[in-house]
Amino acid sequence: MALPKVLGIETEYGITTGGPDGDPIMTSTFLVNAYASQLRHHIGWDFHDESPDRDARGARLPDSMAPMVETHLANAVLTNGARFYVDHAHPEYSSPECISPLEGLLYDRAGEEVMRLAMNAAAQRYPEMPEIVVYKNNSDAKGNSYGCHENFLLSRDVPFAEVIAAVVPHLVTRQIYCGAGKVGAETPSFEDVPSFQISQRSEFFEEVVGLETTLKRPIVNTRDEPHADPSRYRRLHVIIGDANMAEVATYLKLGTTALILAMLEDGALNNEVIALKHPVRAVHQISADPELGALVELVDGRRVRALDIQQILAEAAARYVEQSGGVALGEPGIAADVVTRWLSTLDALQANPESLASTVDWIAKKRLLDAYADRHQLGPNHPRLRAMDLQYHDLRPERSLARRLGLETLVGPDDVEKAITEPPRSTRAWFRGRCLTQFPDQVVTANWDSLVFDLGTDPLRRVPMMDPLRGTAEHTEDLLESVGSALELLERLEA
Amino acid sequence: MAEREQVERGGSDRTEAAAEDITAPAGGQGEKLKADLDDLLDEIDEVLEENAEEFVRNYVQKGGQ
Repeated sequence: MALPKVLGIETEYGITTGGPDGDPIMTSTFLVNAYASQLRHHIGWDFHDESPDRDARGARLPDSMAPMVETHLANAVLTNGARFYVDHAHPEYSSPECISPLEGLLYDRAGEEVMRLAMNAAAQRYPEMPEIVVYKNNSDAKGNSYGCHENFLLSRDVPFAEVIAAVVPHLVTRQIYCGAGKVGAETPSFEDVPSFQISQRSEFFEEVVGLETTLKRPIVNTRDEPHADPSRYRRLHVIIGDANMAEVATYLKLGTTALILAMLEDGALNNEVIALKHPVRAVHQISADPELGALVELVDGRRVRALDIQQILAEAAARYVEQSGGVALGEPGIAADVVTRWLSTLDALQANPESLASTVDWIAKKRLLDAYADRHQLGPNHPRLRAMDLQYHDLRPERSLARRLGLETLVGPDDVEKAITEPPRSTRAWFRGRCLTQFPDQVVTANWDSLVFDLGTDPLRRVPMMDPLRGTAEHTEDLLESVGSALELLERLEA
Repeated sequence: MAEREQVERGGSDRTEAAAEDITAPAGGQGEKLKADLDDLLDEIDEVLEENAEEFVRNYVQKGGQ
């Protein structure tokens, strides 16, 4: 029986200060601090359990290039259970643990709103500074990329080699509906430089499997840092995705990948027929071909399109959901909805891609750029097209071209507003977020799998939360409502 | 629980909407999208960064994960 696919998205946003001289680490720090200073209490992050150099394939690799954990930079834990901090010279929002792809989308959207509120807070707090602008994209078009990572809860029982075989064909080909699109290319990945790519991130991938995230990026990242009981759980850390402006794209990105993983755990996936011979070459080929005709080679010698691989996966998922109910994807009906949208999106990609201009980012962007180039007689790579490419991802409402295009929405503004401060109800994020709201003076630090309380007299007390599926509203809402103090909460928890 | 119920209802509404998309005649929806795009193109120069070349050149990020 597949585990519930607890999931979340962490996004490193692009950031500018209106000129070439800004220091992005300082600017990001101002942004996070401006937002954190408006909160009732600023709760820091606890680095007790960080181990980004542990490899899912075995022991720690002493000479690997795993990222350093920078403990001195700005860091805040939010009452919605998210983390908002500075990472690698970017402001980053890591969503709380969510129980379904729809909830994952909701908290990703809440992250965008946190960035907007932070931009406004920074403008008020530092009026003398040039305006700080945040972009939800993945590259500066000059060879520098930054990530939008998805995380999925996975059973430790599945051997990692099987995880690799299960996810590679999907991660290589899903870009045809979750790519964010970009003008041109910025790495030496192509013999013929494409004028437009389906994906922002794809060309930065150089390996099939590996531990790195900043150099020689791998299609499957092996970081083994479950932030949960390591004897039962893995956390699959997907680093190849684009940051999406289109809600449907985010929803499909999470939903289809969660379904593949649930099928893997339930033994319902037979990926031998779509094993890719050259996954890295394939990911570049597919990104470089908005016509969707590129043929990639399979291990068995056949040559197929990304659409063909996706069609096989989507039809297998449809059978799986019909037989199993797809309960691993959270609320009833979500898995079936993901499958319906997945299949209809593939049909539209086949028959009339432009009909997806309100649900698929690269199609929305390309259609706008093509129309603008046509009207003004601009050649490919014209600076105005490159500027529009960046401005598609601008988070300022009045400047964002994505917003102006009127993309289809799946979550309402009231729900997004609420998700800025309220945690998800069906994961441990509930307990984290609620404790921060209820005991801001006693919670001194927090991280994904524990909270640390300072009760004034005793030594600091750590409350472990090693199971992402405990500490939900169902488990703890009554308890939290019935206690009058943090001390009483801890006594009741220990009783 | 209210939130969850709301989410579930959203889910079933969307399934119907997605099904309609496939069967709806492409013409009506396509015409509207095209009209919207023309409107956007009419007003887009007002929101575009003034000096595109400089804006693109100055957009430099440090690499991340």
